[in-house]
Amino acid sequence: MQQSNAYIITFSIILTVVLGLLLSGTSQVLGPLQRKAEELDTKKQILGAVIDADQLKAMKPEEVLSYYENRISSKVVDVNGNILEKDADGNPLVAEKVNVGKNYKMSADKRMYPVFIFHAEGNPDEVESYVLPVYGAGLWDEIWGYVALQTDLNTIEGVTFSHKGETPGLGARITSLAVQQRYQGKEIFDGSGKIQSVVMQKGEGKDYSSDPHKVDGLSGATITANGVNDMIKNYLQHYSAFLEKQKSSEKSEMASIN
Amino acid sequence: MSTETTVAELKKPAEALLSKRRKKLISDPLVDDNPITIQVLGICSALAVTTQLQPTLVMAISVIFVIVMANLTISLLRNTIPTRVRIIVQLAVVATLVTLVSEFLKAFAFDMYKELSVFVGLIITNCIVMGRLEAFALGNKPYDSILDGFGSALGYSWIILAVAFFRELLGSGSVFGVPVYDTLAGFISDDFSFATNGLMVSPVGAFIILGLIIWVQRTKTGYVEH
Repeated sequence: MQQSNAYIITFSIILTVVLGLLLSGTSQVLGPLQRKAEELDTKKQILGAVIDADQLKAMKPEEVLSYYENRISSKVVDVNGNILEKDADGNPLVAEKVNVGKNYKMSADKRMYPVFIFHAEGNPDEVESYVLPVYGAGLWDEIWGYVALQTDLNTIEGVTFSHKGETPGLGARITSLAVQQRYQGKEIFDGSGKIQSVVMQKGEGKDYSSDPHKVDGLSGATITANGVNDMIKNYLQHYSAFLEKQKSSEKSEMASIN
Repeated sequence: MSTETTVAELKKPAEALLSKRRKKLISDPLVDDNPITIQVLGICSALAVTTQLQPTLVMAISVIFVIVMANLTISLLRNTIPTRVRIIVQLAVVATLVTLVSEFLKAFAFDMYKELSVFVGLIITNCIVMGRLEAFALGNKPYDSILDGFGSALGYSWIILAVAFFRELLGSGSVFGVPVYDTLAGFISDDFSFATNGLMVSPVGAFIILGLIIWVQRTKTGYVEH
């Protein structure tokens, strides 16, 4: 059976419109739920850098949100480490709302840098660690993560990584706990106070526990690993002014207490 | 497919809701005409998602939904779809359904959405889906098409679940996230433990398990590839 061209075109148009409406309708209806799920996921990633994975896993969504509320405070700094209160339009800045990926497209000195502070319950001054977002490119698509630094602003408390489209089983392993745990206890500054970062090595299966700047690599995912290395190093450098300021203010606080 | 269409022509006006022929539509793809082990379709996703049972189950349910709904839609439209653009129409319907699944996962099971990410999208290119649309739904009534799609999807599902069961058990020492190895080792003595097999976590493990399943199945059914 051969249909006329007009029939084919009409059929195609109707089909396209119907399917299009169906899809956009669904996306409209589910949009708010999806944004909530994303927000919860971001908070989980931030908390994942500082608390035990099993503990986080056992928490219900509401518990995660209230835990986050109680334990995390946040601020936004610029590349010079100065605190930003308002965005370009004069609206108050919320660190959770800052899209690190969008900022990544601007030059480094124009970006906004959120800082999440993990503190003792009910006392925002009793800091336990600083969680810094990092962002970069993997092999196929964007990768991002959170690096938590202990109060010496040098030792890594923990990290979480996420990705959009890395190869499952290879690059996607950056999301696995086993890989992220390799970063715990590593140090970002070298002896002379310069940022040396922590670098994933090529190949896998070697023991780097004695070297505070090296972690075991990802076999078969060198490009993803390089992306992770670049991302951590770049962002630590962007945050270095903030880290320096924080260090000196902590010292003066110490001095005033003494 | 030729046998199925000739049987369909002999159909009596009032056929039982689950007549012998219709039961065969469901049961055939489970073993005798299994999409993975006999037709060797959909291997890609069978290898990729099967490291653990939970994502595999979600994948299986998604595929069942997509195949059944796509078969139904195409079967309903079968007399209006212009022959010359039928593949595009099938693709549009499948892609829409897959996007719906993905949107729903994103809203209600975000962790699963992250884990499955690209694989849900890849259901679009799963040959089983297009194969059933082209071979069955275009020429059969809606109800039969639903059964046929359900059968094929089940055939796909039980294989990937079986693969995932062995991969998760041997590779991670657990079943549906329950640490079987640790519990078993605990019964024997406190400092006893089973070693997990890293090979099973990699795609190679899926090839081996799948190969073994095909071997066992073909030994039993005596199926020979022509």
